Amino acid sequence: MSAPFIWIILPIILAILLWIPRRANITAFLGGLSALFLAALAWLLPIDTALRLSATVSFKLSASLEILGRQISISSEEGPLLVLIYGIASLWFFGSSAAGIARRLVPIGMAITALFVASLAVEPFLYAALIIQTATLIAVPLLSPPKQKPGRGIIRFLIYQTLAMPFILFAGWLLAGVESSPGDIELVVQSATLLALGFSFLLAIFPLYTWIPLIIEEATPYAVGFILWLLPSATFLFMLSFLDRYAWLREFPQLPMALRAAGLLMITTGGIWAAFQRHLGRMMGYATIVNTGFLLLSLSLFRDYQLSAFFLLLTPQALGLAVWALALSVLKLREGSLEFSDIQGTIQRYPIVFTGLLLAHFSAAALPLLASFPPILAVWEGIARQTLVGALWLGAGLAGLFTGAIRTLAVSVMASEKSFWEINGSWLQNTLIGIGVLFILILGVFPQLLHPLLVNLPLAFEHLGG
Amino acid sequence: MIAQIFSWALVVLLFAASLAILLTRDWRRSLAFLAIQYLGVFLLTQTHWTLSMAAVKLVTGWMVATILGITRTALDPELATSPDRSLPESRLFRILAAILLLLVVFSATTSLVDLLPGIGVPEVAGSLILMAMGLLHLGLTIQPLRVVIGLLTVLAGFEIIYAVVETSTLVAALLSVINLGLALVGAYLLTAGSDDLEAI
Repeated sequence: MSAPFIWIILPIILAILLWIPRRANITAFLGGLSALFLAALAWLLPIDTALRLSATVSFKLSASLEILGRQISISSEEGPLLVLIYGIASLWFFGSSAAGIARRLVPIGMAITALFVASLAVEPFLYAALIIQTATLIAVPLLSPPKQKPGRGIIRFLIYQTLAMPFILFAGWLLAGVESSPGDIELVVQSATLLALGFSFLLAIFPLYTWIPLIIEEATPYAVGFILWLLPSATFLFMLSFLDRYAWLREFPQLPMALRAAGLLMITTGGIWAAFQRHLGRMMGYATIVNTGFLLLSLSLFRDYQLSAFFLLLTPQALGLAVWALALSVLKLREGSLEFSDIQGTIQRYPIVFTGLLLAHFSAAALPLLASFPPILAVWEGIARQTLVGALWLGAGLAGLFTGAIRTLAVSVMASEKSFWEINGSWLQNTLIGIGVLFILILGVFPQLLHPLLVNLPLAFEHLGG
Repeated sequence: MIAQIFSWALVVLLFAASLAILLTRDWRRSLAFLAIQYLGVFLLTQTHWTLSMAAVKLVTGWMVATILGITRTALDPELATSPDRSLPESRLFRILAAILLLLVVFSATTSLVDLLPGIGVPEVAGSLILMAMGLLHLGLTIQPLRVVIGLLTVLAGFEIIYAVVETSTLVAALLSVINLGLALVGAYLLTAGSDDLEAI
């Protein structure tokens, strides 16, 4: 038995099996439970270490699996990453039934998650670009419902994600050349440019993020939310592999500046556009752009903070996005539209759903005592130490996102005087959103609860982990 | 010398096939030219790969064209015979844009040849022509079939150049999976919402 079999091949088999149940509730429950089980296994099972079961029987989970002459290996240091990925995936799968998309999201999501884990495990790591592209292709049926004609968002998503792969593969080949002749400035610039272009396409860096607000109008918000959580997370981990592998890239003097500029551009433009949106889904889309901006900023600080700020951001962002996407999906399922004009005064009919939506939004805008506040504050402080102007731009982006949240609140309370308070939405929908809200508050007040998980996450990256 | 002439003839074939895809409004012809394009890719690739490995590209390419063709045929017969439309439709514009790209490609070819030791000028030229024509194609349409053909063209161009630097079986297999995946995604997008005639 090998670790890649458990965390890559087994989930792919499960993804196929999860098509079988006819009831969405069962699919969601089994999918969530499977992902949780895989996360628990990653937490408990030691990799490449003999486990004595009795006096005569011992068990050892090998780290590698050979496929077509190449190794796929998961080391014990990558265990906490698996816990994080499958743990958060289980949250999404449990909520998928309430969002009305379990029968598509759970099997496809499980396969995509397994492929993203494979992208972290494949050696040479450069081949991850090919696996990420395969996962992207699998995501298309999730993002474009079968009964709906494909819109511009999904077409752009497909184009941009596909174009990323050649750039990254070619840059990877050039990077090997740079390693052997680090003094060749022209080669360094060429490879860095190609790499930057590849990751810009993958991470939807400004101005390549136009597909995000478009696709969120076309597809189920919950499905888009899942992809907008998983795709950037996997891409960032892939990016960290590059930084960890190539010393010259890590020590490239312009790297923190480039990451900071890209991050600030994402936060400022995303935040400001969010302030002017009149569609709740598009607003969430711009918030995810801001999230990516913060992850970029946290990486720009890796010389000061190592990877602690980066990993501190991942969980609150994923939690906030899951609650936000679930709330939007419930509203879209029940009201049919997410336009401001159609949701006026609906807070009186969906108080719990709107509480989740607004708290997730305020959390993304770094409102104190909410989950994203501590990591955003840490990043903001780090940026302010380096450049005050940058910190001001970051503040402008957050102010834009905050304005969007206030506008949503204002529109949602515009009910007529005759309307009464009532609780709509199913028991499951309200309970899941309620639990999400609770966790957003708990992580805001007690961020140290994540410490046991976070402390070991950077160890997966030998040189960056500190 | 003969090998060199043959390689340049393949470059001409690739340009002609990609230009024909760009100009034709009939999806059947588009897919036929795509199949011809893959023949050119195979012949250019086999100068660096073994015949059996290079044949993977040809087989995959033809399977891709078949998947797309079968899906398109299975759609409403009236729809299947109607020409694809995209903007701008002027053939003259497309020819001029293609010629412009050809000039850009030839000016960039020499610098790329310096970067990649062991690769011939025809391979680089053929690769860049396909990538540039694919990008031009992508810039002119949002129709699922044409977008997928554009992406396949870009990838085909990339695969020629990448075959020189990477000979791994796993990479060849994954690139084939991606090509087939793109065709399946194209087939899915073609049939999605097919009750609505505007879908194609």
